[in-house]
Amino acid sequence: MFAAFMTHTWIAGTLVAMVAGVVGFFVVIRRAAFAAHVLPLGAFPGAAAANLLGVNELFGLVAFAGLGVLGIGQLERWGRREVATALWLAASLALGTLFLSMTRQYSQQVYALLFGEVLGISEAAVVSVAILSVLAIAAMAILFRPLLLDSLSPELCQAAGASSRRMEIAFLGVLAISTAMVLPVVGALMVFSLMVGPASCARALTDEPRSAVLLSVGLSLATVWSAIALSYLSNWPVGFFVGTLGALSYTAGRIYRRFAHPSAALPGRETP
Amino acid sequence: MKSATEVLSIDHLTVALSGRTVLRDVSFSLSPGEFCALIGTNGSGKTTLLKTILGLVRPQSGTIRIATAADRDAASRIGYVPQKISLDPSLPLRARDVVSLGMDGGRLGLPLPSRERRERVDRMLDAVGATGFAERRVGDLSGGQQQRVLIAHALIRRPSLLLLDEPLANLDIRSVAEIVVLLRRLATEYDTAILLSAHDMNPLLPVMDRIVYLANCCAAAGKPEEVVRTEVLSRLYGYHIDVVRVHGRVVVIAAGAPDEIHAAIAKDPIHTAEIP
Repeated sequence: MFAAFMTHTWIAGTLVAMVAGVVGFFVVIRRAAFAAHVLPLGAFPGAAAANLLGVNELFGLVAFAGLGVLGIGQLERWGRREVATALWLAASLALGTLFLSMTRQYSQQVYALLFGEVLGISEAAVVSVAILSVLAIAAMAILFRPLLLDSLSPELCQAAGASSRRMEIAFLGVLAISTAMVLPVVGALMVFSLMVGPASCARALTDEPRSAVLLSVGLSLATVWSAIALSYLSNWPVGFFVGTLGALSYTAGRIYRRFAHPSAALPGRETP
Repeated sequence: MKSATEVLSIDHLTVALSGRTVLRDVSFSLSPGEFCALIGTNGSGKTTLLKTILGLVRPQSGTIRIATAADRDAASRIGYVPQKISLDPSLPLRARDVVSLGMDGGRLGLPLPSRERRERVDRMLDAVGATGFAERRVGDLSGGQQQRVLIAHALIRRPSLLLLDEPLANLDIRSVAEIVVLLRRLATEYDTAILLSAHDMNPLLPVMDRIVYLANCCAAAGKPEEVVRTEVLSRLYGYHIDVVRVHGRVVVIAAGAPDEIHAAIAKDPIHTAEIP
């Protein structure tokens, strides 16, 4: 499991987990779980298009995730956010279907994009993942206070002189970058669970925002490391373990909150 | 009676939202430490007026001047408590964190935790009587407790002007009294002018220095005894109303209303048919 050919896997997995932990915290408190689900699925045709054109998949992923942010942002001006997000999902899946029908790729590679592939991560891929990780985490550190204030109340954010709308777009931008880098490792279907599971558990365990971010990163690392190890040992897809562990940590958080703060656990007031 | 010491002076302010005039020719001013009630029914333009002062709504005409005392930071001249915001109980944010965000929540980058910062937050929490629940999750607090935290959030930068949008709505009677007394004390202690919107003026009668009464897109402003009078409010509404005082409380009665209902019933075909 710690053989030389696994080195890239461990490095990429660790970086991906750290980014998902930090960005996931804001996904959860901003109730952006749906966007975090749709952006990776919407970025998926980007990888297919990149394959068609013979360029690096990551370019396709970043481009389509970026388009997703602009698309959802624009559609949001005309209607409700969920509708805008769902519309984007439908349109991009349609496009993905078309691109897939045009490629002559092995279905193995498509499968890897959807469910994650930990083996065979190249050194170039590790370098690009590292660069994107630094960018994403730096952006979250810079935006930390206004984003937190905006998540508490957009009006308070505006009164403090920070544009609520700009915060939303900046956040979706970071979400797009993170999505593009997390996707090849854990798969388009599982990006969402890695972002939401550990962060929602952390949110239930502590009342202090910075500890929640650190805890979220810790849980995310534990999830990814165990998923890689279990996947290596069992030969089952890494996405299966990421998804299962994500759901487990979310459930654990809910149970803890129910027993530690019974009065506060009002059903229906918590976000998924 | 305009002077350089006024914190806020509004002159002939007219505001329209998507083509509809919401405020017409509104003028009034506030001095440091003054407590002013902004009274009006739902939809009378209270929130619009506060947002215009904040700079979030652009007026059609007129001027708003906000003076800053020499010892205060110009950027933090206005504190704001928005209309009933529901604080999400799943947010991992303590009362203390919300107050701390009031200091520099709009700024980029991570602040270094410092002793000075912590002490400043502690003092502010103490000033609003929130020390007892400072470490609790803000979404789990009661409405009155949340209001105290939001007031501390708005006041920590020592603004010269504090705007509060319906802070007494949805509070029980005891919490209303506590918040009103707290605000009166803070206005004096911090020498901050307070402009507080409400639809009922009664809880504010004992503490307010001035009143701005909004109706019909217009405002009547001045001392309470000058404004809350039958002839002044009748002129503002454009029809006869009565200001009645009962056991120290003020009731504004639109006397024309029953007549207008009778007139409307008479015109309504169904009702006319049923009336023998």
